[in-house]
Amino acid sequence: MAATTTLDYDDLPALLTELTGDEKHDRSALSTLDVLWVLYDRVLRVDPRATDDPERDRFLLSKGHGPAAYYAVLAAKGFLAVDRLAGFGGFDSPLGYHPDHLLIPGVEISSGSLGHGLPIAVGTSLGLEARRRERARVFCLVGDAELDEGSNWEAVQLAGRLGLGRLTAVVVDNHSSTYHWPGGIAARFELEGWSAARVDGRDHEALERALTTTGERPHAVVAEVER
Amino acid sequence: MTTMRKRFYELATRALDDDPRTAIVLAEIGVSELPRHERVFNVGIREQLMIGVAAGLAFEGLRPVVHSYAPFVVERPYEQIKLDLGHQDVGAVLVSTGASYDGAQSGRTHQSPGDVALLSALPGWTIHVPGHPDELEDALTGALAGDDRIYIRMSEESNAAPVRADGLTVLRRGSPDAPVVVAVGPTLDETLAATSDLDATVAYLATVRPFDGDGLRGLVGAGGDVVLVEPYLAGTSAAEVAAAVADRPHRLLALGVANVELRRYGRGRDHRAAHGLDAAGIRRAFTGFLDKPAVAPL
Repeated sequence: MAATTTLDYDDLPALLTELTGDEKHDRSALSTLDVLWVLYDRVLRVDPRATDDPERDRFLLSKGHGPAAYYAVLAAKGFLAVDRLAGFGGFDSPLGYHPDHLLIPGVEISSGSLGHGLPIAVGTSLGLEARRRERARVFCLVGDAELDEGSNWEAVQLAGRLGLGRLTAVVVDNHSSTYHWPGGIAARFELEGWSAARVDGRDHEALERALTTTGERPHAVVAEVER
Repeated sequence: MTTMRKRFYELATRALDDDPRTAIVLAEIGVSELPRHERVFNVGIREQLMIGVAAGLAFEGLRPVVHSYAPFVVERPYEQIKLDLGHQDVGAVLVSTGASYDGAQSGRTHQSPGDVALLSALPGWTIHVPGHPDELEDALTGALAGDDRIYIRMSEESNAAPVRADGLTVLRRGSPDAPVVVAVGPTLDETLAATSDLDATVAYLATVRPFDGDGLRGLVGAGGDVVLVEPYLAGTSAAEVAAAVADRPHRLLALGVANVELRRYGRGRDHRAAHGLDAAGIRRAFTGFLDKPAVAPL
């Protein structure tokens, strides 16, 4: 298959099998699958032929663990040649267990250590503002357990106070945080000055609606998925 | 004479007006010294965020200058420096103040003798240790024009006159076999005073990474004694010296801040003396080193 082939949602399981060799797929790798698909299929203004376009939307995958779903979606959307999937994790493969943006065009940041994406996304939002790029939105995907890292809250607090309306945090909540979030994750974002929506993380229409919501304030989409 | 810190705020203010790439990222410290400006970003007391924001700004083509006390700009967000800047391969200029013991009265929490060693453990950093406000100006001007990763370590300690030269610069030449003394940044005046009547070649270095190994090799010649005087953790550049003269017989005396919890307050000069980095201490260590005969090779 050529790098520019555009595949469909139904092709993703085959791409995942290509990556991991497994017919059945690890849940942690799949928790983000529908959110990533909806982002790349319906929301993000990105183009594999123009990954440096200054007006593109920025998608920062902060939760770099379990990137199989990310690689599969990137391959389906033509950012990555499908024949590169098979070498996943190998010495000569650009695809590691955590993504490296220097090795894969269209990947905005390298991730793996938790709690780094949102702070960078705040800087990206401020940088776009300073450069007067009015259209570009910034999306950052984090996990509910990733929010244990305090560095996220430094970013959430400042983004809320500064009213960074171009920033959307997508929290994939598979209830994996050991100590949980009493009162809910969305409420925490709202308290810090964000708008927030809770949606079914497998419902493509609901995800699309929540992810295309924009306003004066930063927006958090909490996508609930089964544990 | 103006301080490095005051000069930094003047230069940063001017750069904001002159260059639309310039952005300043702060965590409260320095806010009152800089103008309100759309490219001055105070993130509050959030040092991890300070580095993350700088990375995001750099991704968008700005030239972020991150400024705080040395422990808060280097030690607290060290993983952010490693990943958000280094691993992402974006640039920033980190400008610290406080150095090893400028904050003597503030105690250990405000002292960062390990900063140069820490940044030396990450690839791709240029590290400037200016010894005079004019040298700070040269370093900062060059840093603002580039897009790489640069650390500028300011200090309240300063030499009487600047040395405006690149690389290892000989200020006093001894006899051909005399020991080579390398004084880094603000240690220069004390080092010159300590060795004024001794046969030594004294050279100055304000940019310690990359280390000017070629320059040192040229001075050491066929072999001999090397004395390193650094205003931060003792031995920070010892491996650089060892690599530079690995192919010739040499001895090394590496002076610097001792790796101890001193638990004393007082003034910077008290700490300088306690760590043996005043002229008397440097002279004592230097003459003791020379008195110790080299062990004859087997």
